[in-house]
This record gives sequence, structure tokens and C-alpha cells, in this order.
Amino acid sequence: MSKTPVLILGARSDIARACARHFAARGHPIQLAARRSAALGPDRDDLELRHGVEVSLHEFDVLDLPAHAGFVDALPALPGTVICAVGLMGDQARSAADPVAAAQVMRSNFEGPASILSVLAERFEARGSGVIVGISSVAGLRGRASNYVYGASKAGFTAFLSGLRNRLAGRGVHVVTVLPGFVATRMTEGMDLPPKLTAQPEEVAAAIWRAAERRRDVIYVRPVWRAVMGIIGLVPERLFKRMSL
Amino acid sequence: MKLTGWGRRTPRATDLLMPRGPEALAAAVASDGGGAIARGNGRAYGDSAIGAQRTISTRHLDRMLAFDPARGQLVAEAGVLLCDIIDAFLPRGWFPAVTPGTKFVTLGGMLAADVHGKNHHRNGGMRHVVDWIDLAGPDGVIRRCGPDRNSELFEWTIGGMGLTGVIVRAAIRLRRVESGWIRQTTRAVPDLAGAMAAFEAAAHAPYSVAWIDCLARGQAAGRALVMLGEHAPAASLPPELRAAPLAVPARRQRKVPPFVPGRILNGRTLRLFNALYHASGRARQGTRLVDWDGFFYPLDAMLGWNRIYGRRGFVQFQCALPLTQAQGGLRALLDALAAAGSGSFLAVLKRLGPQSGPISFPLEGYTLALDFPASARTLALMERLDRITIEHGGRFYLAKDARMSSRTLHRSDPRFATLAALRVAEGLQPGLASAQSERLDL
Repeated sequence: MSKTPVLILGARSDIARACARHFAARGHPIQLAARRSAALGPDRDDLELRHGVEVSLHEFDVLDLPAHAGFVDALPALPGTVICAVGLMGDQARSAADPVAAAQVMRSNFEGPASILSVLAERFEARGSGVIVGISSVAGLRGRASNYVYGASKAGFTAFLSGLRNRLAGRGVHVVTVLPGFVATRMTEGMDLPPKLTAQPEEVAAAIWRAAERRRDVIYVRPVWRAVMGIIGLVPERLFKRMSL
Repeated sequence: MKLTGWGRRTPRATDLLMPRGPEALAAAVASDGGGAIARGNGRAYGDSAIGAQRTISTRHLDRMLAFDPARGQLVAEAGVLLCDIIDAFLPRGWFPAVTPGTKFVTLGGMLAADVHGKNHHRNGGMRHVVDWIDLAGPDGVIRRCGPDRNSELFEWTIGGMGLTGVIVRAAIRLRRVESGWIRQTTRAVPDLAGAMAAFEAAAHAPYSVAWIDCLARGQAAGRALVMLGEHAPAASLPPELRAAPLAVPARRQRKVPPFVPGRILNGRTLRLFNALYHASGRARQGTRLVDWDGFFYPLDAMLGWNRIYGRRGFVQFQCALPLTQAQGGLRALLDALAAAGSGSFLAVLKRLGPQSGPISFPLEGYTLALDFPASARTLALMERLDRITIEHGGRFYLAKDARMSSRTLHRSDPRFATLAALRVAEGLQPGLASAQSERLDL
């Protein structure tokens, strides 16, 4: 049986590149979608050369909502799996002071991904099969002073994925929410991250592949994050608001 | 942040940059501040890949770009790992034409060090398998360099330890193989002379290497195992392997625990290890089939083996001696080891072919590689080994070096003064500089 294509949204990110390799190594054709997609030529060549799968490049702007339906129509085939690795951390101080910058973060992490995944959910539901993987964030589990604009947008995305999963359960379409914790990527470069809590992009990709295969609902990449977020969730708000996080 | 080489000795502060593509890499090389050097997978033993100011990692430039089966030519970015090349191309019947003793090196690092393998006596080093490179200079320009264009820059980059620019991508040639199996012949020899005679008698063997027990005493002193190898033709394989000659079962990888108790490698355990190794080699003399991974990369099966020397790390010594002086020089080196009573865990001897590029390490003769736990005593011993090497017309391998003095290098090898002068003339200095190049005045 031939493997179904995997569509990767936000294909330039480190996690997206690792996912592309992981799924290509297992024989899946890959559809790479990003802005300035022509510049992904070397990534396409690399995947084709290493893994002998078909790879196509697709121009995609997550903020261009009216174009999303046409983008899906233009794909060479409706993918079996979509992985949404789109995200924008932004700068919290700037997001706090500048509403336009904050809106850019919220639209990139929530509005845009929710829009494109809605379009794909419709098509997957009509077909009666498919896997939707949304890469959200532990930052969305509880708002903190250091990144609450980013966190709030990821909270919205997490809730959206949860609702989508609920709606599509029993219709052959599965939704995976990924809460990776710290990952060593361009987004976190220069941050002083604790090594035991920090995953490599390849670990995230392997965890996503397993979750898609085994129809897991919500995954953390390193199990320690479940405990960390469990504890953070238990701190009473009265204390939490005074903590420096 | 602080970086060390594979020997894990003396961490050194440097800025670490991780560009995602060729343009970002070229900009990183050119940015103000100077003192930049490329770093691949951190397998150089000493401080070759630690920038004097800034270290530019090539690990995100890890794409394979094109393959031409007519010529066996692979075009790839500099950060591609050799193990990934093997994973992708051995199933199609191709193998690296030159490989060092570990597969966890990058293409760029292999070229910058002009690595040699067990086939150097017949096939030469990386200079013989590279068609061209794209090199980013401190002016921010990426230049295609090969035998036909920018040839001086090309020649001095293969073996130039990153001091002429940062390799962005390269075209190398792979060799055809019919199987993933090596027909290995092991011979136990009583002494150094026996090992050298075995090498000279096996000049036709595609691969050859010897391991010397430099801890054995008395009658057994200098005993060695000489290992020869060739790629096994598919038709020569036993029937159960012939069906899928390129498929080799994956080896189990073990990991050295993160904290090694004390110094597990001391005189006694080393002597025991060497005696056991020699005994097992002697017991398995003759010819047998081994898989490519076990033949070329025995140490790679132990992930993080560099930690067995404990927290202080270890140092390597590798020299090459010209053929006419090899026997006397090797004997003097082994005598100095014996006199000091500090053995080397691994003592590897290899016959080399002629020098290929202007700054290539190998020369027609023999190379000896040793490693020692880092201590004041072994560092003093290594200075004695330096002197013996120079007295016998030998030279040193910078990919292994972590401690040599500038005086030692320049006395042994006048080519490095030429490299230093070229760097000044071409405006490559101080834009490109490693901790090693500063120590060695390059």
C-alpha cells in the first residue's frame, strides 16, 4: 500500500524540517508549504535524494485567510496527514505595548492555523479519513507575564484543536495536539534552556509520528513536561500572580 | 558559550552561531569582529573548530542536493554527516571513497582536515575525491573553487583547517560497491618490523591498518594485529547474504553513561584490555566477513566513548614519518612510550600514500596515532614524542592536535608558514581564526 502524502504548514521551521525527514524516511510523499516556497528547493532536493519520495513546494501565507480554500484545492492530492508547524513567538514587551504587533502574534498562532485547519477538516471529514496535527505550546496552559500574548494565542489554538477533535471523533478524522515544551530551535536560540527539559527537533518529529500512528490525542514530547505543567496548574492564582515566571 | 573538542579538554569561551542557510552563513562569516571558524560535528580532538571569537556551526546546512550516478558525484551542504551519506547511498550500491575512523563527521570537516582512511596508500585522501567546493570568505562572498577556478584557494582549503574560509557545499565522488560486507584478513605479528613488513607485502590490499599493543613488555613488546580489508563482491557472499548484499543488520549502539566513575582507564585496565584484544585477534586470524560498520567504525558503536577518560579529558598524538625514516622513528616513539610507562589505549599504525594537496597531512610513509588521558605527565611525554618526530623528518596532524607549541609545528612543517603568509596576502586573517590557529601562529 502506498503511503499517503503529508502536508507540512510552516515548512521552514526546524520542527517542520525534522517532521518532513521523519515522514519521508517512512515513505510518505511530502508537501512543503510556506511563504517564499521557491527557496525551499534545497529541502525538496534533499528529501527526494535521501528518501526517494515525491516532494512538492506550495506557496502559503497563513495570514491570507481568503486564499486558504484555493491553496488546498491546488495541492496535487488531498494529504492524509497535515502538520501545522506555523508559529510566531514575537517579543512580549513589544506585544504588550503595540497592539498591531500583538495582533500579528495572535493571528499567526491562532487565527491563521485555525482557518487553514478548518478547510482541511472539511475535506478530511468528507473523505472520512485523515490526521490533523497541531503544534501548540505548554505556554498556552497558563498565562505568564513573560509570554502571555504568545501563550494566549496558543491557548486559543489548543482549545480549537480540542474542539475539532471532539467534532470529528467517530468520523474517521483524528486530531493530535502537540505541546512540545522547550525545543532547541531557531525560536529559542540564545535562551538559556535547561537541557533536561529541552527536546531536539528530531525528538519532536518522532513523537508526532508515533502520536499520528497510535491516534494519541494530546502529547508532550518529553514526559517530564506533563509533571511540570501539572504542578504549575496546581499553584493557586493568589500565589501565581506574585511569582516571577 | 564554552566549547571543547572531542578530547573534552579545557573548555573555551566563544560565540556560537547557527546559520540556517548559505546566505546566513556567509553573513555570519563576514560580520564584524573577526576570529571566526567553522565547526561541524565537533569531532576534531582539540581546538581546531573553536573560533577565536565566533564559532559558526554548519549543522543546519545538512542538505544533500544532487547525485549523478554516471560519475558517482554527490553535491551536498557542508553540514551533512557521513553516516547520513552512507544511510542514503549504500542501499544504492555506493560508499564513501575516503572515510576516517568515525562516521559522525561532517562533509565540511572531512574536507577541512583532508581526512585519510584505511585506503590512503592506494586511493589518497579527500583531495582525490572532491571536484569542487563553495567557500564563504570573510568578505561575505561565496566562491566556487576547484582545480579549474580559484585553484589556489581550493588547494589550500583541503587540509587548511578552516583557515581559508567556511565550506558551504561541496561535490565529492562516491565509489561503487556490490555489498555492505568487508572481507577482512587479520594477522598477528610479533613486533613493529613484522607489522611494517606486513604493510609492504599488502600494498595491493584496498584497506589496511594495524593496532599495536604498546603496553606489552618483554618478549611481547610491539606485538601487533594487522588488518586488511576489501569490499566483498556480491557473488562471493554466502547464499543467505547474497539475496540482499547491501543490507547489513543494524548494530546495537551502546552509550557510555554520563558520569564515568573516577578514572577507569589506568595502567592495569589498559594492559588487560590490550592483552585481551591481542588474544582475540590472534584467535581469529585469517579471513572472515565483517560488516562495513564494524570494519570502518568500531568505536562508533560506543556513543560518547570520549567520556571514558573522565572529566579531565584526553589528548591525541598523531604524526606521519617519511618512509626512509619510518622504522627508526617508530621504534624511537614506541621506546619513549615504554620508558615513560604510560601506554596508549589505542595505538594505530597505518601505511600512507603520497601527499595529495599542498597542505595535506599524509605523506609517503607511516602514521602513528596514540591517545592519552590529559595529565601533566602525559603532556610531558607528548613533548618528547614531538621531538622524536621532528628528528625523523615527521609532521603532525592538526585535526588531532590540542597542545602542540607553535615552535614545534613550524619546525616540523614549513608549509604552515606558507599558509600563514597566504592568509595575510588574501585578507583571510584575522577574519578567520580558531583557538588552534592562534596557538600555532597560523
